[in-house]
Parts: sequence; structure tokens; C-alpha cells
Amino acid sequence: MVGRARTVGAAVVAFALLVVLWELAKLVLPGDGVLVGDTRILPRTDDSAMPHVWTVLGRLAEPEVAGAADARTVGAAVASGALFSLALALGGLVLGGVLGMVLALAMQRFALLERAALPYVVASQTVPLIAIAPLVVGWGGKIAIMGWAWQPWASVMVISSYLAFFPIAVGMLRGLNAPAKADVELFRTLAAGWWTTLLRLRLPSSVPFLLPAVRLAAAAAVVGAIVAEISTGTRGGIGRLIIEYARSATGDPSRLYTAILGAAVLGLVAAGAVGLLDLGLRRYRGSVR
Amino acid sequence: MTAVLLAGLQKRFGDGDHAVHALDGIDLELATGEFVSLIGPSGCGKSTLLRVVADLEQPTSGSVLVGGKTPHQARLDQDYGIAFQQAGLLEWRNVVENVELPLHVHGVDKAERRARAAELLELVGLEEFAGSRPSELSGGMQQRVAIARALAPSPRLLLMDEPFGALDEMTRERMQAELLRIARETEAAVLFVTHSIPEAVVLSDRVVVMSPRPGRITEIVKGERPGADADVDDVRESSAFFTAITTVREALRKGHP
Repeated sequence: MVGRARTVGAAVVAFALLVVLWELAKLVLPGDGVLVGDTRILPRTDDSAMPHVWTVLGRLAEPEVAGAADARTVGAAVASGALFSLALALGGLVLGGVLGMVLALAMQRFALLERAALPYVVASQTVPLIAIAPLVVGWGGKIAIMGWAWQPWASVMVISSYLAFFPIAVGMLRGLNAPAKADVELFRTLAAGWWTTLLRLRLPSSVPFLLPAVRLAAAAAVVGAIVAEISTGTRGGIGRLIIEYARSATGDPSRLYTAILGAAVLGLVAAGAVGLLDLGLRRYRGSVR
Repeated sequence: MTAVLLAGLQKRFGDGDHAVHALDGIDLELATGEFVSLIGPSGCGKSTLLRVVADLEQPTSGSVLVGGKTPHQARLDQDYGIAFQQAGLLEWRNVVENVELPLHVHGVDKAERRARAAELLELVGLEEFAGSRPSELSGGMQQRVAIARALAPSPRLLLMDEPFGALDEMTRERMQAELLRIARETEAAVLFVTHSIPEAVVLSDRVVVMSPRPGRITEIVKGERPGADADVDDVRESSAFFTAITTVREALRKGHP
């Protein structure tokens, strides 16, 4: 419990430090940035490039479109966008997690499959996301599952899972193969079959490898969801909001920063969700020998 | 009925020029309830012999019967329990759950499992540590948990591969006394691999001395296993004990010119 309080405390201090640094940069550095010859080595710090922290926070409470009094506030827009993206990222994480685990199990079970599939699993991550996004949207458009027409957000979820499955597949495979030879032989002498060995030995042993993998995957799923929203043109998420706000950034810079802030909070929430998983599996955490 | 019967057992690893001839012409019979130790230099194949009996290795030729069955069938029927040099306890299970593992794997229901595990923990003197994590126990205690686990399915045969090899001398002697008591109470036959001559002599009915590779039985020496009413420490100080040690040592030299 003390450890957890300390972690939260450290995060708060780190955030406060960031705010102080930001404001200090604005205070000390010239508004035009620092130039050596024609090369700018430090960024511009005037209000249009780096708005004050309080301006950004204040912008959250103002209407999205300046002057339109009945429009929703920027805060509400960012919150709803972040929630939308969070749902897609979590969906992508679950989808990718299941896919990664099934793949890892199959690779553990059949050594031939591991040799055959692992290079492709690695190669899959070198394909740029923006290249596969139109493909997924294109395929999705041709699919109707039991009368349910493919929705744009489903493409986002699939693309997000494409990033999330990788760390889970690799981490889980390592974890499944983690038990010492002596432990595997013990289960053999107990006449335990593959399933029993999996359930009572390999899965518990894989937890210490799986937890950091899920943490990586959660971060990847969030990035994947945001980038996928942008590259598929899906509306409603924080990715779309960032693009929209970026277009008017010269006139309204603090609005762009609210969206970026929303994306950062989104990442924190996703990481926190994984933390809960960590708590539930505490018993298996220290089982690396 | 015999606990283990080996006839003309051969074991080679690999083939061609790189073949390792591990065991050659092993004939050995273990009677029900008998305690037999295998002793010999490193690499003489004594562990391999144990692993063949446990169905962890396949013999190249010769016949192996465990309680009248093939090793494979004996393994499936859980006719033997096994303990290795490393206790090999599962860290995410507490002590009683580790002891229960063989029963858990075989779908014995929880109440029965708990009752049997409690019995076994009492047998090895660890009742108080049922809820402890393996890492909280000393090496000797962990090894006792491993022995209790090996005994869980009530096997007629215990296979032990240097189970006390990693323990200090004092703990080791105490564990030997414990093992003698357990073997007596369970009436299980024991096939015991060791490097230690005194350990082999004090525990065994018979000590099987093996030669370096290819492992052959060079001599079988009568051990000094104490009876039910004898004190193991008296045995350790008896002249018969020292005579047997000398005999085993000379047999080991003979096989190792």
C-alpha cells in the first residue's frame, strides 16, 4: 500500500515538475526561440506556440467554437473523444490480447509453427500503420457479419489490435517456455497432459512475462487507436479531435493542447487499467526463478 | 512381486561416432520395500538409470519392469513418486498446495486432497508450515515438502536423484533419519541415487556400485539400513558401518583404475 501511494505521489510530482518547466521556459527563453545562425535550436515560446498552462486548462471550460454560446465546451468534446478512443483502444487490446495469446499457445504447442510464424509476427510490426489502415477499411467495407454492417470504428479497433497483439504474443510465448526443464519433467512424471501442464505450470509461469507485455500492448493499443482514427477518418475520437484542432492551431493554440492533454490522460487511464490486472494476479507475479 | 526389474538394460545417447554409451548390461532387481542406492563417479549413468525407470528416458535395449508394468504404464498409473536434487516447488502455490499437486493434476476432489496433504505434512513434520510460501522455507524443509509431494499418490516406489545433495551435512543427516522413518512407515521401495558413500551405506539394504562410462554394475555391497528399533546414530558409529564404507570405497576404486 505504501508502495502504491509512493507511485501515485511520484506521478503527481512529475506532472507538477513538467508544468513548472513549461512555465519556466516561457518566462526565461525569448518568445522567438533561440537561433544559432538560421537554425532554431530552442522552440518559440510565445503564447501561440506554448500557451500558458492555465490558458489551456481555462480553454476546457469554454465553448468549442468561440462565440457560439450554446455549443458544448471544449472539455466536454475532449472528454467524449477520449472516452470514445479509450473504448476502441480497450477493445483493440482485448482483441489483440486474445489473438496474441492464442498465437503464443499455438507456437508453444507446435515448435514448427513457432519457427514458421515468428518471423512473420515480427515482420508484421514493420509494416507502417498508415499502410494497412486503408486495407482494413477496404476489407471491412465488404464484410457484413450476420446482417451487421461493418462500422468505421470496427476498423479502428482492428488496427489497434494489430499493434497490441505483438508484445502479448512475444511475451506470452517467452512466459510459456519459462518453466525449468525439471518442472516440465515433474509434470511428465505426474502423467500430466499438455492441457494440465499448461493450466498448472505454463500459464502461472507466464504471468511475470505477460504483465509487462500487456502494459506495452495497452500503450500500443492507445497509439494504434489514435493513429487509426486519423488515417481512416473516423469521427468521434480524440485522434480526429487533434486533427481538427490542429487545423485552427494558429488562431486557437490552447485548444490543440487540450486535445493533446486528453490523449495523455487516455494513456494514463489505459495504463491504470492494466495496473488493476497486475493487482489481481499478484500471487503469480514473483514466480520467475 | 518385485518393485523394479531391470534385465540387460542398455542406454546409448545419439548414434554413430558421437554416441555416448551411458549404461551397459544392467541387471538389477528391487524387492518390495527394499532400499537400494546407486553410487558411482559422475557420468556413470546412475541418474540415467533412474530416469529410465521413471520413463523420462527410453532404454536402447533390454527390459524394464516397474511393479510388473512397463515404465510408461507405471508412470500413467502413478506407481512411483520422484524427488530431484532441486526441490522444484511451484512458487505460486503454498506448501500444502505443492504437496497436493499430484492429486490436483489427477482431479482428486479438494476435501480428499487436503486430508491427504495434511497427513503427509505431519509425516514430514511440517504441519505448521502448510500455509507458507516455498521461498520462506529452508533448503531442508523445501526438500521435505518435495518428498511429501512425491508420496502424495501413495506410490509403492520412490525414486530419488540426489535429493540431499544440496544440503549441509547436519541437515543431511537429519533428513536421512527422516527418510528412513518415512520409508519404514510407507513400506515403499526406494531407488536412491547419491554421491555420498556414508549416505548410501546408512540408508540402504544394498548399495549398487557402478563403473565409469559405460555404466556397469561392478559390485553390490550390503548396506547397514537400521531396523525399526535401531537408532540411526548408533549405526553411524558402528564398526559394521565403517567396514561397509571401506568395501564400497574399494569397489569404486576397482571400477576406476
